[in-house]
Amino acid sequence: MKPKANLLVVDDELIVRQSLKHWFEEDGYQVETADNGEIALKHFEKGKYDVLLVDMKMPGMSGLELLSKVKEFDCSVIVILITAFASVPSAIKALKDGAYDYITKPVDPDELSHIIENALNQKNLKTENEALKDSIDEIIKPDNLIGESGEMKKIFSLINTVSQTDTTVMIRGESGTGKELVAKAIHINSRRKYFPIITVNCGALAESLLESELFGHEKGAFTGAHYKRKGKFEMANGGTIFLDEIGSVSAKMQVELLRVIETKQFTRVGGNELIKSDFRVIAATNEPLEDLVKQGKFREDLYYRLDVFTILIPPLRERIEDIPLLAYYFLKKFTTAMNKKKDTISTEAMDFLVKYNWPGNVRELENAIERAVVVSKTNIIDVQDLPFQVSSNNHFDKDDKSIAAMEKRHISLVLNELNWNISRAADTLKIDRVTLYNKINKYGLQRKP
Amino acid sequence: MQDINIVPVHISNADLVQKIIYELSKIFPGKVKKIGIDISVRESYSPDRRQYFSTRVLAEAVKHTSSIKGKVLILVSFDLYVPVFTFVFGEAQLNGKHSIVSLCRLHEEFYTGKTNTELLFSRTIKEILHELGHNFGLLHCSNWDCVMHSSAIIEEVDIKGDNYCPDCMKIIRANNENELSFS
Repeated sequence: MKPKANLLVVDDELIVRQSLKHWFEEDGYQVETADNGEIALKHFEKGKYDVLLVDMKMPGMSGLELLSKVKEFDCSVIVILITAFASVPSAIKALKDGAYDYITKPVDPDELSHIIENALNQKNLKTENEALKDSIDEIIKPDNLIGESGEMKKIFSLINTVSQTDTTVMIRGESGTGKELVAKAIHINSRRKYFPIITVNCGALAESLLESELFGHEKGAFTGAHYKRKGKFEMANGGTIFLDEIGSVSAKMQVELLRVIETKQFTRVGGNELIKSDFRVIAATNEPLEDLVKQGKFREDLYYRLDVFTILIPPLRERIEDIPLLAYYFLKKFTTAMNKKKDTISTEAMDFLVKYNWPGNVRELENAIERAVVVSKTNIIDVQDLPFQVSSNNHFDKDDKSIAAMEKRHISLVLNELNWNISRAADTLKIDRVTLYNKINKYGLQRKP
Repeated sequence: MQDINIVPVHISNADLVQKIIYELSKIFPGKVKKIGIDISVRESYSPDRRQYFSTRVLAEAVKHTSSIKGKVLILVSFDLYVPVFTFVFGEAQLNGKHSIVSLCRLHEEFYTGKTNTELLFSRTIKEILHELGHNFGLLHCSNWDCVMHSSAIIEEVDIKGDNYCPDCMKIIRANNENELSFS
């Protein structure tokens, strides 16, 4: 039978060592004994003990000295000090030095059993809690927020800096650039990570709904309010509130928001009770807030309250070196999710992806790869697997406007659409087959398996 | 088939001992009998604590009973202690031959001043079975219905069951060379 736990009894009195060993062995513990601190340390270095029962007064190394030495070695070990001569200063010193408890001989057997059981339960809970935190850290890692471009490295650095503070953050960037992911990354790197991050899409809710959504409401506050409900600010207590599309908030709500962000206090709709909440604010917008301020559509005081630390996420077309990395990331993500085997993306398809200007940014790239994984019939993602709008010339690289580049892309498009039927492609292109072959060779076009 | 030998020390309640023998006979198939041996406990007495040192009493009993076959249970009237604890209800040699049980804290008078002979008998049987269980190699059991559940206070003695649970019974059988038939 597996022992309940491993105990080490350290006492210079033989009878105490024997009694405790006997008592705890009957209870199913594995018990070792040592008659002084030095031997105890040797035992401790060799074996793994959950609990040490240590006499305070021993010849040579005292119980307190042993306590500090074993704590240096393993801070998770539980040390219970036993003394025949209790004094308040020594008890305080023991507890300050990390002892779990301090008991006086003779000890009530029931008390000692409970102390050990409680100590082990606490240790197990602590271990379990640490394991859970590790798994939570793994689960909540921000998805998709990847990139090796200089722009993204700067953003990672900014996230790192601002995460350590409670500063209000404004994230700006085009739609689909990953503003929410940046907000989540800030949250999970902050001290608030074990509390929730509450996202509010301010643009998606009507003013009346937004108010009850943000502040909650009391039962009967309005028609349909059958129950009392917590608002987002209350739910974000201890954590972070992410106000997405902040530029679309009405003038009335801007006043309310300013007040609650400044005071961290509010009342539920229809209620009188003042509710306090400890939250961090991260806001995001793709609108030019400065213009809205100039036009009087966004309060200047709220703007300055929110725009304390700005993170600007560049559009995907301005960090094209991240496109292959993201494309392969999404390829792996969707092949795993769909249980499909797609090894790679063809050079030509990647060329298309890199040259496309991605108006929908990372979100559009993600959708494009997802679709490609669905429609692809081979192990390689090829041009024809990409969505039409991606392979359309209308969206191609604006830098290379040469006739040759246009011709190459157009011939490739037609060939792919016609499954590389040379005769039909030549007909469609209004050129003869020989010319088409020459152009295929000239541009190095290849049919993918 | 192992005998159970009960050695009363400073016990004046002969009825209780007879009832214990009768009850244990229903549980253990070997012979359960009383043995009269003069065990000196003077050396085991602590005037400071006004208690007897359990391990020392047991050691003294071992000296006089080494030739006896079967298990030897010393039943004493006085309060027992081991130096690190305030008291013990009893003590046993794990996987051994000898055990000791004190009646002192099993008396209801000790707690409330009221005599309750039935309760004393019930508690005594539980503690004897518990200590004999250790002799037969049992550790404490997590099942509250089992007499081998740890009981460091009298309330726990009263709460726990009055016989071995099936799992503990299996271990007793496995650890006992002689085939026993338990009721």
